[in-house]
Amino acid sequence: MSRLLRFARDLGPLYLREVRYSLRIRAYLVMSIVQPILWLILFGQLFGAVGRLPEFEDATYLAFLTPGLAVMTASWSSAYAGMGVIRDLDRGIFDRLLATPVSRTALIGARGLHSATVVMLQALIILGTAFALGVRPPGGLEGVAAVLAAAALLGAAFGGASTGLALVVRKEETMLALTNFLVLPLLFLSSLLITRELMPEWMARMAAFNPVDWAVTFGRAGFRGQGWSAYGTELLLLALFAATCWILAGRSFARFRRRE
Amino acid sequence: MNAVEVRDLAKTYRNGVEALRGISFEAGSGSVFGLLGPNGAGKTTAVRILCTLSSPTSGSARVAGHDVVRERRRVQENIGYVAQGSTVDPEATGRENLMLQGRLQRVSRDALDERADRLLASFGLTEAADRRVQGYSGGMKRKLDLAMGVVHGPRVLFLDEPTTGLDPEARRSVWRELTRLTREEELTVLLTTHYMEEADLLSGRVAILDAGRIVARGSPDGLKSDIRGDRVTVELEDEDRTEEAGTVLRGLDSVVDAATDPESGLLHAHVTHGARAVPDLVAALERSGLTVAEVALSRPTLEDVYLEATGQTFEEAAEAAGDGEDAGVRA
Ligand SMILES: Nc1ncnc2c1ncn2[C@@H]1O[C@H](COP(=O)(O)OP(=O)(O)OP(=O)(O)O)[C@@H](O)[C@H]1O
Ligand SMILES: [Mg+2]
Repeated sequence: MSRLLRFARDLGPLYLREVRYSLRIRAYLVMSIVQPILWLILFGQLFGAVGRLPEFEDATYLAFLTPGLAVMTASWSSAYAGMGVIRDLDRGIFDRLLATPVSRTALIGARGLHSATVVMLQALIILGTAFALGVRPPGGLEGVAAVLAAAALLGAAFGGASTGLALVVRKEETMLALTNFLVLPLLFLSSLLITRELMPEWMARMAAFNPVDWAVTFGRAGFRGQGWSAYGTELLLLALFAATCWILAGRSFARFRRRE
Repeated sequence: MNAVEVRDLAKTYRNGVEALRGISFEAGSGSVFGLLGPNGAGKTTAVRILCTLSSPTSGSARVAGHDVVRERRRVQENIGYVAQGSTVDPEATGRENLMLQGRLQRVSRDALDERADRLLASFGLTEAADRRVQGYSGGMKRKLDLAMGVVHGPRVLFLDEPTTGLDPEARRSVWRELTRLTREEELTVLLTTHYMEEADLLSGRVAILDAGRIVARGSPDGLKSDIRGDRVTVELEDEDRTEEAGTVLRGLDSVVDAATDPESGLLHAHVTHGARAVPDLVAALERSGLTVAEVALSRPTLEDVYLEATGQTFEEAAEAAGDGEDAGVRA
């Protein structure tokens, strides 16, 4: 059987297993739905006044925040995708599967697909909540699609990076510490909560190299209906970043399989 | 044909531990082969290499006719692997676990439904099949592990300590299922164990592994009868004088060797001829003022085979391995 055929056959059942898992862990399910709504309301209220500064071109701060929060939620939930890898490693499930002819690409690909699904659903929840709070995307459907694509691409990228990292560190505590250490700065070194014009010069400059900022810029420009010219570069960078993350995850998986 | 062929297989881990120091054996198609050894002997290491999860440092092995290093996929298509600890997915139901394993082992969908039902029934899991595995008992999980290992009808099944940690009742029922499986399916089984009784009961041939080397191999009966003589176990009225009694016995012609077990306070003697040695033995002890409380005569066990080959008991070997009970449980 060809590699591609094996991949296609195995992806489905493995993906369903991930989906089943997230539906069955009640706390996870509730958190994944409540957290984005909570953030939208909290941040929207907290920074509401900031939105009246001339640097903000959106109708309200909430409208400015919506694409950013979709990206923030995406980063947050997919950055922990590796925890699932470690859980399976500890339970011996990984080795059990590796003793079968299962497609190795499907084995980690299913996790990336799952990450992307979760963050898109969360982005939809955020968009829905924002809509209920009166936010109307000037970009219309294209705007919604851009926000979803930004969340999915960043989610897939972080999901891949996290999976790769998990296969290297293989320890829950290390993984948690590293993820917390890496994700927060990435979120705050971006125009997620505040426009670039209001950031200190050095931060704005660093943000230009930050994938979170690419996703925010792309999602927000689409949300505003600014068109391809406004976000083409960021979209391309983001896609390249996601591809790189998955190539690295694949490398790290191959290394993991040769560990003994 | 041999379902498993191992030639001079050696494995040194990155941390310098020489887990296997060149082992060779073969298991004929349709047979049950027991790899017996104390903690840290290298059993799991051998199984993981044969299941393509680990690479040998030197030597070679073929499983179902395929090289475990160069033809990994072919090997994977032909084997079932049941690891030392349970590897079921606790968040899924028993049936879901079984179905996923079957799908990934490329059992066709129609065949799989039927196969799953049949396996669940024969392992007594029908009633629990649609409950989540996290509520299963240890024995139920182990049976599910076994069912998952054979869901695709493998040609060679690897079982790493299938009954360790189970209570006697669960252990017997796993043994029953294993016996039935090997009878009904055309299956070669390689099982590891540190229960002498298990190796004796289930396997047609055994190899005894000790510190990465095979120290004895053959059929359990053959191995036992290779040991000349019988075993005599003596219990003294005064347990504190067991050592002294050992010295007395070692001085007798009919006694090959005698060892004391400080934990149980028993004295184990290896004698050339049980029936004739026992009266001598008792008389000699009484002459030295040692009162015998009980004497038992037994045929050699695999434990004695091990003792003869290595000069130490299983427990001593496991302690000497230094890493105790949980060595390599899921390294
Ligand atoms: N991944 C590993 N890295 C380093 N050393 C290892 C690894 N796995 C096992 N070892 C060492 O190799 C030796 C053999 O271990 P192995 O697990 O094969 O023994 P075993 O016979 O299965 O023991 P047990 O009955 O306790 O399961 C031990 O000294 C163990 O500590
Ligand atoms: Mg072991």
